[in-house]
Amino acid sequence: MIALLQSLRIRGGIHVNEHKQATAGLPIDDSFPLPKRLYIPLQQHVGKPAEPVVRVGDTVFKGQLLAHSQGLISAPVHAPSSGTVADIAEYPAPHPSALPIRTVFLDTDGTDTVQSGESATDPFTLEPEEISLRVASAGVVGLGGATFPSAVKLNLGRQNKIHTLLINGGECEPYLTCDDRLMQENAAEIVDGIRIMLHGMETGRAMVGIEDNKPEALKAMRTAANFHPNIEICKIPTRYPMGWDRQLIRYLTGREVPAGGRATDVGVLMHNVATAYAIHQAIRYGRPLIDRVVTVAGGAVANPKNVRVPIGTLISEVLVFCGADKTRTGRWVMGGPMMGEALPFADVPVVKATSGVLALTGSEVKQGEEQPCIRCARCISVCPAGLLPVDMANRIRNNRLEAAVDIGLKDCISCGSCSYVCPSNIPLVHYFKFAAGELAARQQAKHKSEQTSKLIDERNKRMERIEKQKAEELAQARAAKEQSEKADTTI
Amino acid sequence: MFSKTLRISSSPHINKGVGVDVIMRNVVYALLPVAAFAVYAFGINALLVILTSLIACVLTEHLLNKFSNRPSTIADGSAVITGLLLGLTLPPIFPLWMTFIGGVLAIALGKFVFGGLGYNAFNPALVGRAILQAAFPVAITTWHPAFLADRFTRVSESVLTFPFAKPVVDGISGATPLSAFKFDQVTTESADLALGLVSGSIGETSSVLIALGGLYLIARKMMNWRIPVAILGSVYVLSGILYWINPEIYPSPEFMLFSGGLMLGAVFMATDMVGSPITSLGVVIYGIFIGLLVVVIRIWGGLPEGVMYAILLGNALSPHIDRLIRPRVYGT
Amino acid sequence: MYVLSAIASLATLGLILGWILAVAAKYLKVETNPIVQELEALMPGSQCGQCGYPGCKPAAEALARGEALVTLCPPGGSALAEQFAVLLGISVDLSGFEEPEILIAKVSEATCTGCTRCFKVCPTDAIVGAPKQIHTVVADACIGCRKCVDVCPTECLQMHRPELTLRNWRWHKPSGQPAGAAA
Repeated sequence: MIALLQSLRIRGGIHVNEHKQATAGLPIDDSFPLPKRLYIPLQQHVGKPAEPVVRVGDTVFKGQLLAHSQGLISAPVHAPSSGTVADIAEYPAPHPSALPIRTVFLDTDGTDTVQSGESATDPFTLEPEEISLRVASAGVVGLGGATFPSAVKLNLGRQNKIHTLLINGGECEPYLTCDDRLMQENAAEIVDGIRIMLHGMETGRAMVGIEDNKPEALKAMRTAANFHPNIEICKIPTRYPMGWDRQLIRYLTGREVPAGGRATDVGVLMHNVATAYAIHQAIRYGRPLIDRVVTVAGGAVANPKNVRVPIGTLISEVLVFCGADKTRTGRWVMGGPMMGEALPFADVPVVKATSGVLALTGSEVKQGEEQPCIRCARCISVCPAGLLPVDMANRIRNNRLEAAVDIGLKDCISCGSCSYVCPSNIPLVHYFKFAAGELAARQQAKHKSEQTSKLIDERNKRMERIEKQKAEELAQARAAKEQSEKADTTI
Repeated sequence: MFSKTLRISSSPHINKGVGVDVIMRNVVYALLPVAAFAVYAFGINALLVILTSLIACVLTEHLLNKFSNRPSTIADGSAVITGLLLGLTLPPIFPLWMTFIGGVLAIALGKFVFGGLGYNAFNPALVGRAILQAAFPVAITTWHPAFLADRFTRVSESVLTFPFAKPVVDGISGATPLSAFKFDQVTTESADLALGLVSGSIGETSSVLIALGGLYLIARKMMNWRIPVAILGSVYVLSGILYWINPEIYPSPEFMLFSGGLMLGAVFMATDMVGSPITSLGVVIYGIFIGLLVVVIRIWGGLPEGVMYAILLGNALSPHIDRLIRPRVYGT
Repeated sequence: MYVLSAIASLATLGLILGWILAVAAKYLKVETNPIVQELEALMPGSQCGQCGYPGCKPAAEALARGEALVTLCPPGGSALAEQFAVLLGISVDLSGFEEPEILIAKVSEATCTGCTRCFKVCPTDAIVGAPKQIHTVVADACIGCRKCVDVCPTECLQMHRPELTLRNWRWHKPSGQPAGAAA
């Protein structure tokens, strides 16, 4: 009965062919050979890019700070292995545009010499603020994909006195199993990370939501949390996008985050399981975030599995390690197939946000030609945010972006459910992303035109001043001339 | 804008793979038993009418696309459905030349002038049928008894009427249960109605097969179950109330449910996605509106049957429903 | 006779109603609001002249008189056109509208003589430099009015596309109409 009531809390969503079987049962592969060169972008998080503290030619240890964070929302970047800084220059980012981003090129020496940071034997004697500081200096960011600096979130939780910490073990994206494997293999460490977070946020209770398609992870986590009654492991139904934080918040707490508000408005905050693990590593052993578990999968990959790779490894090398066939690859995707980004080429680095690397075959991608909308309303029934994707796309197609915002464009989370079910192959999410970018550009343009009119005003004032000055000078000169003439005549 | 980015498309990178053609094909599958039973009941005449309507619709769609230099849309299967549905709504001995005109106009005026599939405000088959009803009021109300002994061997003279000539009605004609009720106050057994052992339009007689087709589509999630449920429910409730008030003059709710074109209309025509609202609440309102209109027209209107007009009016109402009813956005 | 009376009564009715309308139009006239100022306030205000009018104010006046299209301002693009349409209370079909490409000026350092003519004409002070020194254009402040290009004696100023970076990269618009859709 309770389950039935709870299932009413799920709105929209789709059942996707999971494609998780291939990797969920295989242990995380730790044998990935250290690459000769690592490419570490200086911005792998939401916020300001990090500023390098090393110079070209410097020798660095594994875990040494390469670039420190700047401003309130930012995160530092550390050396994933020991070696020499070969260059600090622009390198293509793991982004659909593959435009360059400032990157540290690190030539590894193969020794992996560690320089340990400060470590606390008992984190629970530390001040909560100290936990945040250490998490910040370890460069931990949200590993579910959002890459929001975790320390900022810990502070938010503490300042807003949240009552429950929610941990997202949903991993609802098809193909991806990195969180699943991490929970199966490192449940105790994750639970420890959760306890550290609770201490850091001064919060009493945590709930972990795990989809019911991960029975092994559920079992492992239940066992690990057995002696911690304040950490509740909750089985949640498998339904994409269950891992959307607000969907999970509604399911677990029965409350909705108000539109335009924050999770803290309903007294909760959400972190990912992998983030909990990274925090455990950072606090217990002083290890910064320099590697991560990446799911390598897709039809073109011969040996799909989860691999632990250093940040900065080229995606192409990871794909080769797992036997990906380039000729059969129809599309490279970083992240999951529903929300991940397509990459124009694979020679871009693994970053903190890289939960998965997919080499999908043409038949997996199968994108048919766009056909007219038949108003079947499937997009509306699957939208977890309660929007009208078809109407929004129509308005955007006719360049009526403001009208699209009026019916909720800004509440769209780009989960892709609408595009997935559309029988007419309408690229709905693409329309929404285009519109979001266009609106941002307009915002910038508006800002620029305000600046411009300010500049023009200033210029006009200056011109006036110069004119006036000139006139005054002229008058003075004339007066002086008259004076001298007068003097001449008096003599 | 930038050619390099054009090759990269946005997420999601996978899709369900159920295209428009797949949905339409399944609707055809669901209609086939209905059509087969119709041919079994009414014989070779019904087969000819259905085939003529089918050919007229598909041919019109093809030629119109060709003449306006647009890619062919026959493959999406929507013209086949229109043809089948139109054929199923006609009387079994309807002249073929009229059927052909109905098919042509259904596609041309019901769909193409609006801009093709997805833009047709009204169900094309019903548009075609409405035009036929206005143009040939006698022929379209000339019924024919089902299960005649010679139904597989004899082609009716009416069916083969020379184009633009007045059809000859051959001796036998049968009243539909609804017209019998309306004009002669004779009711028909509900069981006969449900199984289709009565006279009527080609495809509207077997309520059981229509309902099975609907259940198939609902199970495959290719039809919004709320629409037929709302229509049938509201018809049942309203006629039930009337029957309870005075069973002498009002028909029983079961009779209302299983007679005439209600089943076919509720399951296969009102559910046309293009003409129905897009929200869950919207389709329920739409369904109830249609259901109430059906009862009103049947009981107080001049015609024995009102499903066609009720659905067309419902189609006209649905954009307004969509404007008023919006889903609740998360967090508001 | 019957017909005549009908015609007469209808004609009288028409005359009376028409007269009422005329009176109403005269006495109930709504004062037009100073829409020119509102339109001008929305404009970039750089007096760049890319619309063909000598400045933003004449352009706003032309818009208010209905002589110019809402899409007249290239720097404003479709966003501004949409705002104009809302203000003027007209509906505008922007579906075929192509965003004008904004170009910005760039100094070629090889040929710049430091003559200072360009930064004297720049309406936004986007060009910095000193006499006999190579000038540079501040890309963020340039509005693409080409005034500097016109006065440059050595043709060292050229219009370029703004540099594409991760910060200003945007998803392109999905390519138009589906197959078989209405024109």
